[in-house]
Amino acid sequence: MDQSTSNREKILDLSNSLRWEIPANFRDKWVEHIYAESARLAGRNTKKAGNSRRVAWEQRLDRLLTSRLTGFPVMILVLAVVLWITIVGANKPSAFLANQLMDIGHPALKSFAASIGMPWWLDGVLIDGMYLTTAWVVSVMLPPMAIFFPLFTLLEDFGYLPRVAFNLDYLFQRAGAHGKQALTMCMGLGCNAAGVIATRIIDSPREKLIAILTNNFALCNGRWPTQILIATVFLGTLAPPAFAGLVASASVLAMALLGVALTLLTSWGLSRTILKGEASTFSLELPPYRPPQILRTLYTSLIDRTIFVLWRAIIFALPAGAVIWLIANLQIANNSLAEHMIDWLDPLGWALGLNGIIVLAYIVAIPANEIVIPTILMLTVMTTGVSGVGEQGAGVMFETQGQPLIQILTAGEWTVLTAVCLMLFSLCHNPCSTTIFTIWKETRSARWTVLAAFLPLVLGILICGAVALIWRVTI
Amino acid sequence: MFKKKSTCGQCPAAHEGMLEKLGLRMDRWDHVIALAGNPNTGKSTIFNALTGLRQHTGNWPGKTIARAEGGFSFQGKRYKVVDLPGTYSLLSASQDEEVARDFILFGQPDLTVIVVDATRLERNLNLVLQVSQITDRAIVCLNLMDEARSHGLRIDDLGLARDLGLPVVPCAARQNEGIPFLIEEIARMASGQTTCQPRRLEYDIPVLQDAVSRLVALLQRTFPKITNAPWIAMRLLEGDRRIMEAVRSGELGSQRFDRNAEILETAKG
Repeated sequence: MDQSTSNREKILDLSNSLRWEIPANFRDKWVEHIYAESARLAGRNTKKAGNSRRVAWEQRLDRLLTSRLTGFPVMILVLAVVLWITIVGANKPSAFLANQLMDIGHPALKSFAASIGMPWWLDGVLIDGMYLTTAWVVSVMLPPMAIFFPLFTLLEDFGYLPRVAFNLDYLFQRAGAHGKQALTMCMGLGCNAAGVIATRIIDSPREKLIAILTNNFALCNGRWPTQILIATVFLGTLAPPAFAGLVASASVLAMALLGVALTLLTSWGLSRTILKGEASTFSLELPPYRPPQILRTLYTSLIDRTIFVLWRAIIFALPAGAVIWLIANLQIANNSLAEHMIDWLDPLGWALGLNGIIVLAYIVAIPANEIVIPTILMLTVMTTGVSGVGEQGAGVMFETQGQPLIQILTAGEWTVLTAVCLMLFSLCHNPCSTTIFTIWKETRSARWTVLAAFLPLVLGILICGAVALIWRVTI
Repeated sequence: MFKKKSTCGQCPAAHEGMLEKLGLRMDRWDHVIALAGNPNTGKSTIFNALTGLRQHTGNWPGKTIARAEGGFSFQGKRYKVVDLPGTYSLLSASQDEEVARDFILFGQPDLTVIVVDATRLERNLNLVLQVSQITDRAIVCLNLMDEARSHGLRIDDLGLARDLGLPVVPCAARQNEGIPFLIEEIARMASGQTTCQPRRLEYDIPVLQDAVSRLVALLQRTFPKITNAPWIAMRLLEGDRRIMEAVRSGELGSQRFDRNAEILETAKG
């Protein structure tokens, strides 16, 4: 042993022996000392000039936003207003984009392809498959995201999220989970992968796992547009036009709240079965309200969230579009491959209140939830013959909002039950590939990752199956 | 007669032109700056103001979970800035507090900027006092001065600087107020133009004092480079495994910057 190594061991030996000589509570004394010193220095160098109007105002707002009586109603109202603005506001831009990209862009591309003599299959894969799917993704997803994300970020900037966590804390504790899970769930409302990473703020491994396993029940970026679109097209149109927006918002809100309920329920179940234990306490600081920086928020939420998510969706939409076109055009025994698959999946779909097309769309779109709706629409169009596929410039009439879309869907034999079950299934199925990968990175365990993937899926199948059964028996 | 002398050269505003925000381009650097502070005091906002990056900021505690890195260049020197997770203390052992503490202790940053919420000075000073037991190169950034003003609070920043033995720079990072002064102060301390003598807390328990001083003597003989021997001694007496490990392996005395990443990886994992 050289000199320095023995010196280092000597230090450790000395500290180990000295530890028995000093008072046991010296750490507490030391911490107390630091606190007392901080208080002294802060008091000495701070002057309070009168009572601030702002503090009084903040206290009043906190009382409104976090009291037992008004906390929850205000929370639900805020979410409802955000959703309503999104639904009403996204309508026209969506229709405009669909018109530009599909009714004008698609025929133009088709005639260009014809003029340069592109072979029919290449033209099909590129324009009818990849281009159309991407056009769907952009027109269905961009407007709601461009409204929803900035609104959500403004709330975050203002300081509302910790108040939500404060309100939900009691419920999470009752469910045997950590109160901070309310925060990770709120992050999940933006993106589940981000929500899963955010669980690092939870110290206890048991509670962190619960938060990871249940994060998927927070509706994410990719699924808000699905919910909003189906609610607008199917449920909104059930009501008189004046109330369409309200009914649609209310049904999306109901789905989001059901997600919260499922989070609590599965947390409760997990903490009483495979992840047993007591909820640990923690302190949550309610930060001061800060006036949101509107322009900056608009910029960052557009660039960081909207464009980021849209870009990801487009990346996944391009190959999915090609796959959709191929399975819709590969003929086996007088029928396309897609039709065979849909026929085969139809019984399963029927049992879940869905149909074969939707189940197939979920399989095609496994890498990214966000392109499920475009995939469903493409498959419906291609297999029900609402428009001729592969025919040059045949009237591909797409309009994302309003009548033409509902015609496409009713041609695919959609009912209100299909819409409700699709919304439920969209809330409750396996996380997207990015989230699954993130869960693996956070847990480093194949077992927990598999559980995180299948828990919501199994739950979704059970819920949809039960709803479909009850619906058919009673109605 | 007075010699006419321009004061413009002394004004930080004149130097701001020399600031280049480097974002993520940090292939090499002259100085490493750590950003520490309580949760939700605006560390990420300051980080963005320094580096020109757009690290997502949010008004809730615990938003920065992993550390973020960025860089800027000022007066020809290149600085790497490390945004640490927000912590209330360096004494307990949750994952994020350990990341912050290990970086300040073993990452050997050239200096640590402690971001402080001016409206909650008392609670924030706990961390300042703890950091100043570990390092003697720290700057206090008194952030959220705009909010303090609207709350009717007046803070004597010079008095605070005297009491702490550290430079104190008042800022309102969201309005970019005070940031040029902060950069100036960082440059001065990093280049060794200013030095500080942070207030070290006394241990007024006789037995403890004796134990600490015996350990300190041995520590200073073994690791001549360390400047925070009393704090290390306290941690050893408390039985902090991470610190004991660092003593055993000799990591405590090493001065290698390239260990930062590794330390943070193990701290996170």
